[in-house]
Amino acid sequence: MIGAAVLIALVQVMLFLFLAPLLVGVMRQVRSRLEGRVGSGIWQPWRDVRKLLRKAPVRARDSSWILSIGPLALLLSSLLLCVLLPLVGALDVPWISSDLFVIVSVMLLGVVALALVGLDAGTAFGGMGSSRHMTVAALVEPTVLLAVYALSIPAGTSSLSVIVGTRLHVPSEIISPVSVLALVALAIAIMAETSRLPIDNPSTHLELTMMHEAMLLEGSGRDLAWLEMGSWIKLTVLLGLLGNLTAPWGILTDVTIGSVLLGVAAITVKVLLLGVALSVGEVFLAKARLFRVPELLAGSFALALLAVTASYLVA
Amino acid sequence: MTALAASLLTELIVAAVVVLGAFTLPARWRSPVSGLGSVVLSAVAATTGILAMTGIGGALSVRTTLAGALTFAPDRLGGLFMVIVSLVGVLASLYAMRSARGAETSRSGWAAWVVFLASMQLVPAAADMVSFLLAWELMTLCSVLLLATGHRLRSSVASATIWYLAMSQLSFFLVAAGFAVLAGVAGSTSFAAVAAIGSGSWQVDVAFVLLLVGFAAKAELVPLHVWVPRVLPEAPAPVAAAMSGAMVKVGVYGALLVCVRLLPAGPPWWGVLIMALGGASAVYGILQASVNSGLKVLLAYSTTENMGLVFLAVGAAVLLRGLDATAAADAALMSAVLLTISHALFKTTLFLAAGAIEHATDETNLDRLGGLLRRMPWTAAAFGIAALSAAALPITSGFVAEWTLLQSLIHGSRISGTPVAVIVSVAMPLGVAVVALTAGLALLTFVKAYGIAFLARPRSAEAATAVEAPLGMRVSLVAGAVAIILLGVLPGPAAQAVASAVFTNPAEVVRSAGLAGVSFPGIGVLLDPATLALIVALLAVPVLILVSIVSRRHRSRVSELPWGGGGSRARPRMQYTATSYAEPLVRVFDDVLKPSRDVQVTHLGESRYLIERVQIEQRMTDVFETRVYRPLLNVAERFGVLARHAQNGSIHRYLAYSFVALVIVLVVVAL
Repeated sequence: MIGAAVLIALVQVMLFLFLAPLLVGVMRQVRSRLEGRVGSGIWQPWRDVRKLLRKAPVRARDSSWILSIGPLALLLSSLLLCVLLPLVGALDVPWISSDLFVIVSVMLLGVVALALVGLDAGTAFGGMGSSRHMTVAALVEPTVLLAVYALSIPAGTSSLSVIVGTRLHVPSEIISPVSVLALVALAIAIMAETSRLPIDNPSTHLELTMMHEAMLLEGSGRDLAWLEMGSWIKLTVLLGLLGNLTAPWGILTDVTIGSVLLGVAAITVKVLLLGVALSVGEVFLAKARLFRVPELLAGSFALALLAVTASYLVA
Repeated sequence: MTALAASLLTELIVAAVVVLGAFTLPARWRSPVSGLGSVVLSAVAATTGILAMTGIGGALSVRTTLAGALTFAPDRLGGLFMVIVSLVGVLASLYAMRSARGAETSRSGWAAWVVFLASMQLVPAAADMVSFLLAWELMTLCSVLLLATGHRLRSSVASATIWYLAMSQLSFFLVAAGFAVLAGVAGSTSFAAVAAIGSGSWQVDVAFVLLLVGFAAKAELVPLHVWVPRVLPEAPAPVAAAMSGAMVKVGVYGALLVCVRLLPAGPPWWGVLIMALGGASAVYGILQASVNSGLKVLLAYSTTENMGLVFLAVGAAVLLRGLDATAAADAALMSAVLLTISHALFKTTLFLAAGAIEHATDETNLDRLGGLLRRMPWTAAAFGIAALSAAALPITSGFVAEWTLLQSLIHGSRISGTPVAVIVSVAMPLGVAVVALTAGLALLTFVKAYGIAFLARPRSAEAATAVEAPLGMRVSLVAGAVAIILLGVLPGPAAQAVASAVFTNPAEVVRSAGLAGVSFPGIGVLLDPATLALIVALLAVPVLILVSIVSRRHRSRVSELPWGGGGSRARPRMQYTATSYAEPLVRVFDDVLKPSRDVQVTHLGESRYLIERVQIEQRMTDVFETRVYRPLLNVAERFGVLARHAQNGSIHRYLAYSFVALVIVLVVVAL
């Protein structure tokens, strides 16, 4: 059991390290084509990372070690998510917990690292991005945890691998009103956590609208590479999680060569499909005003609360 | 005489000796000797607490002429709180030895400190109401003395002291009234007799509400928290640390005494009441903390938040136990105790670190700090770890405690798949939402506090020339931080020890699992932070190898003018401050916070389109103070003005009063 868990964890880390830049490349390419541009090809993010790793980082004189450690902390928190989440396989190993509360807090460690990096260089933009980022993170938190609560009710536990396993065996769970409401709420929360439209525009450098990008402005060389990789992996694993919650088929529950290959193929397809869908959706969306964002998040909170109360009315 | 009684007696003797020392020693020797004495006193009290936690029993009776026999016999729960209070005492005393200056080093200053610590340790040891109230009042009065040490330096101390005195006397009055009702029902003032009465009668309900509100005032809950943001920032750092880290816990002990020991079979509405009180405090406290720029004000409000979470957990435990969801109720109670311990450690460390910053820069306004990480690395590290714990992130004690609370809440609403009751189905999701919102805002609050104070460039000359705190003060900071991490990585053994103090069947509630992680077999959940840390370490190995290869080839460069939008980054004033950091949040919660904003625009000459100067002033006020207390105080003041008419200093009028009084007495006697 332990051996199998280690194997799955290793496979997930390797796969998502490879998949994350690819996903971002695909999403950018889809967007370019839809907007009538040629695009830079799906491998451009990989080339960017390679380029950044070959450059010497330039740091401000007054910055501290946070600027060099923070990006690594973000990367490690994303890699830890790859280990903990049920992506390729849903094995329930008792003390490597896929407990959702643990997962959310690991993700928040990355959020904090990024926010501190934004503040460290002491520029106006970094502070602005950090402040907005943390405000959104604070307001998203109730939605995420309530959605978790709603999802945990049918399975009787907050362990993600058990939740996904339950959905695999009882597919009717997936289209129950509780689950649908919770998934919609979770999807909006994930948009906010990964700085996508309509909460944040990932491709903007306009000062008034930046959130995520503003915090990266002072990063350069390998610092920037880690920051980008960390954020990409986070986006990819969260899309993978959403994919496995809506369509758990293909995820492995026992370890054989065939099932591992199937699991890898299934999660790759799910992540890429969701990425393309997200990218197509984003073409038709404009970024919401910063002070409209709380309204959107309040809406998703209401959905999550409805999901929890529905679980007592329906079930 | 048992070991426990002997230990209690030793504690009293040590306290008396140290007080005597504080009064007789010359000024040069006073601080080191009294500080060391306080550390010894706390160590003895901790030993007493540990003895009590093993359950050996024993009582110390002190016969007095006025109040009869005062009995001190800590049970397991009392022992646990003695240990918590004493740990804070050790850290704060060590720090005070080096940090005390001015009036804090006076004879009465040190004597008050020693008596303050001793009385805090005696409250959980009390076995009857009279000794409880006596120790409680002694604790309050000594803390008033300690608070007043700074009154010559700042005029604001006097008003803080008056607020504090008024609120703590209100708290004392309510607790005394509650105990009086219970004593009337039980016919005795001993806690053992009260525990036998059970609940159900309306007198017990009245007593419960009185006691709850009384203890809530001590535990800084809304709406009785108004003294906190005034008092804690004005108190010297070790006093603030002891008040927030230890004295507030005595209020929690009071609540647990009522809910666990005296009236364990309370009806569900008690639980709902406690949860509502705790939930409101948690959200309001952290909201105020997140928008305030004073470091110590922020920490004070965050205490209200944390105590709110503790009361939320206690309320959930009472509610669930009342509806026979025992496993989840036990987990909730456990989380209340874990939250208390974790808060004692991190808030003490945070207040001491804030004191170190004040010591170095004479400044606690975040808007004038910055860049301290490079100048005060030890303080920064300790503050950072404590802040992680306050934001409930792994791998700290705060995370373990909050995780337990969330697990108990989500497992509370159903027993093996069937809903327990409608009230639980409503209360638990709301509880989760409150905890989640609190956690999110706490994250923002402490990123702000750490990021603005320690990162970026100094925002004032004082911050630019700060020097690290002296060794004597750093020791406490480091010890606190290490304890936070230890409890966060290896919570199992500590949780078991704590469970044996609270439950009769500790092994069924909590066990140590994995690499010293915690597991709650009743609700079937497990947390093993050490394994998480191990996985991160394994993941870090290849990443660090890659980093070291890359960084050898391409060394980082330091530049005066890195990106900064491509232009000059000359002025630190262009950075975000704590106020601007919280600005989006102030806008979002505008209706709750009601900030007063004053914008003055000076136009240049004749043109309306050219601006010479813009002045913006924003003040955060406490809604409860302006909307609830201020009107009440105004009414009281109006009565005072009316009373002045009756008492205008004219001798004729006083003679007339005496005459009328005499006539009335004569009439009454004659009837």
